[in-house]
Amino acid sequence: MNNDELDLWEVFLRSARGIEHKHVGSLHAANAEHAMESARDVYTRRQEGISIWVVRSKEIHASQSEDSEMLFDPAEDKIYRHPTFYDVSEKLKL
Amino acid sequence: MVKNMEKIGQFERKIAEEEKIEPKDWMPDKYRSSLIRQISQHAHSEVVGQLPEGNWITRAPTLRRKATLLAKVQDEAGHGLYLYSAAETLNTSREEMWDALLDGSAKYASIFNYPTPTWADVGAIGWLVDGAAIVNQISLCRTSFGPYARAMERICREESFHQRQGFEIMQTLAKGSEEQREMAQDALNRWWWPTLMMFGPHDAHSMHSQQSMKWKIKRQSNDELRQQFIDQTVEQADHIGLTIPDEKLKWNEERGHYDFGEIDWGEFERVLMGHGPCNQSRLQARQKAHEKGAWVREALSVYTAKEKRGDFKIMEREAVNE
Repeated sequence: MNNDELDLWEVFLRSARGIEHKHVGSLHAANAEHAMESARDVYTRRQEGISIWVVRSKEIHASQSEDSEMLFDPAEDKIYRHPTFYDVSEKLKL
Repeated sequence: MVKNMEKIGQFERKIAEEEKIEPKDWMPDKYRSSLIRQISQHAHSEVVGQLPEGNWITRAPTLRRKATLLAKVQDEAGHGLYLYSAAETLNTSREEMWDALLDGSAKYASIFNYPTPTWADVGAIGWLVDGAAIVNQISLCRTSFGPYARAMERICREESFHQRQGFEIMQTLAKGSEEQREMAQDALNRWWWPTLMMFGPHDAHSMHSQQSMKWKIKRQSNDELRQQFIDQTVEQADHIGLTIPDEKLKWNEERGHYDFGEIDWGEFERVLMGHGPCNQSRLQARQKAHEKGAWVREALSVYTAKEKRGDFKIMEREAVNE
């Protein structure tokens, strides 16, 4: 038996109430319970989190870098989506 | 062919513009293999690095020191795991890396092939060995490969206490009885030169350095980092009244750095080739730990297989029916 038989999991931590979960790293584990226990030992030794999410890496669907242009370039010329695009007096609370 | 040139161009542009390379980006094979070698060696060093200090956990002089040492050794295990994970993003497996460590074909930092006969060695390791590792790792926070840089940042954050607790041990011994002071000095005498060797051969003789610097895997040269470590450590030794065992150590006003004596590169080579004082016992300890953990891995494997087959659900249903 080796680690390759253990699934790879991604670990997300919420560092404090009111803050979103953030990806912190990965680990190998047999199941969710095992992943949770390992995540606690590996990623929260200094009170880094108050909540843990673990998810099997193979369940994550990632965008491909070759698709980046298609996905993200269309937003580039839409500067009118930002407040600074609009010409209004600095004095007014707008 | 044109496509390939384009990819290389893109890769080199990212490096030039200080953009990080991420696992799914195209990268030259040599970049990938250099990183796998460097990161896995780094991971092995963290894991083997637990052994010299682990030797003292049961004999730490106070409860405070014992709790500290336990936490530090546990951190080293964690650091090994961060680094193995970073290496795995390059399409190597945990098992491959692990096998290479256990069969002796992989390298780890030679410093861990030196023994820890006294309590002062625990102090010297924290102060000097972790101190040197931090100098190297702070530089590596700027490495071009994203997952490696992120692991380094986390490790640097956690390691600052490692060096401070080591220095505190040395400081306490240096202020203690004559015998304790001598013990601290003796540990410094034994660890100083091997610590300087941690930074690797002189730049002119370093096999992998040039290409690694070009690809920004390494950001500062071996000699540069070594000098930085020496410059910052001299003052620390003075502060606690210990003497660095190098007669040639002298401030050079013109260079703005300390001059120092020549490292015994013969010793460096011997330990690297497996003939240091503890090479064999370190490897044997790892192998033994792996064998002793076999039943845990087996139990996990059987449990996982049963879970996947749904055996536990059947058992639950039967329990309800009864």
